[in-house]
Amino acid sequence: MEVINYPGTEDTPKIILDRNNGIFEISGRSLPEDSAEFYEPVLAWLEEYAKNPNPETTFIFKLEYFNTASSKLILDILSKLESISNTTVDWYFHEDDEDMEEAGCEFSELVEVPFSFKKY
Amino acid sequence: MKYIYELHKTMVARNLILVYEGEFTQEITKSVLAMAERNMDAAGEDSAVKRKVFNVMVECLQNIVKHSDAMPVDDNNGKSTNLAIFIIGKQEDKYIITSGNSISNDKVQMLQERLETINSLDKDGLKELYKKIIKEGSLSEKGGAGLGFVDMARKSGQKLQFDFEPINDKVSFFSLKTTIYRNEG
Repeated sequence: MEVINYPGTEDTPKIILDRNNGIFEISGRSLPEDSAEFYEPVLAWLEEYAKNPNPETTFIFKLEYFNTASSKLILDILSKLESISNTTVDWYFHEDDEDMEEAGCEFSELVEVPFSFKKY
Repeated sequence: MKYIYELHKTMVARNLILVYEGEFTQEITKSVLAMAERNMDAAGEDSAVKRKVFNVMVECLQNIVKHSDAMPVDDNNGKSTNLAIFIIGKQEDKYIITSGNSISNDKVQMLQERLETINSLDKDGLKELYKKIIKEGSLSEKGGAGLGFVDMARKSGQKLQFDFEPINDKVSFFSLKTTIYRNEG
């Protein structure tokens, strides 16, 4: 499978989806003008990956900020992960960022994927 | 040239740190965010407050980009413009984020009801509404999740203040004010 490697910008997150090296990570800021368009390749990639996934998948979210339109797409990504067995989500939040911690808790209540919360 | 001094005095008297009037796009949004961030960094603002202000600013600015309705302008070329205003005020104990933009009159009632519903809810009620919308909703054709106002109310922890001023039989001017207290983190 191709590797997705987007460098982060001031309004879009850094994304690495690398099956061979087992790296699945979204980090930084997400407030794109059109979040559906921005995340479309990510969802398509996961759709493909789900057909024949690695034995274990750890998906890292290390977001500094995301807007509400992105939150809908993050939920779509998490819903895709539900269908991939042995998947866990590592949800990172800055130690004084209660809102990001709470956002992770809320997502974890909406999908059937185990979350592990990590402070940085 | 006296108006420049008058404008300056108004801004100082009202503690306005940033006023932008004009066209709103994603590029303008990024620039306004960068200016406000630099201002808060220079003032050594607490990072939790900075994040909340940033959060409310994004939703507010992107709402204008997505939902502001063009106001017919009677100038020579008859061109419609999509103008709005965005203001950040900073006082001893709080930041005040205000926006104003024209919206079509047929949306006023819907918007008013949505804002009143949000203002009637407490912290837990807002959380439930947020989860309900994100779970059931899909993105609108304009790419909005219908969560912006809910998020602004949640992050600020305050009621949203709003007003509709009729401009003519087609459009109204919609003003929205969100307050973020600096000492409540």
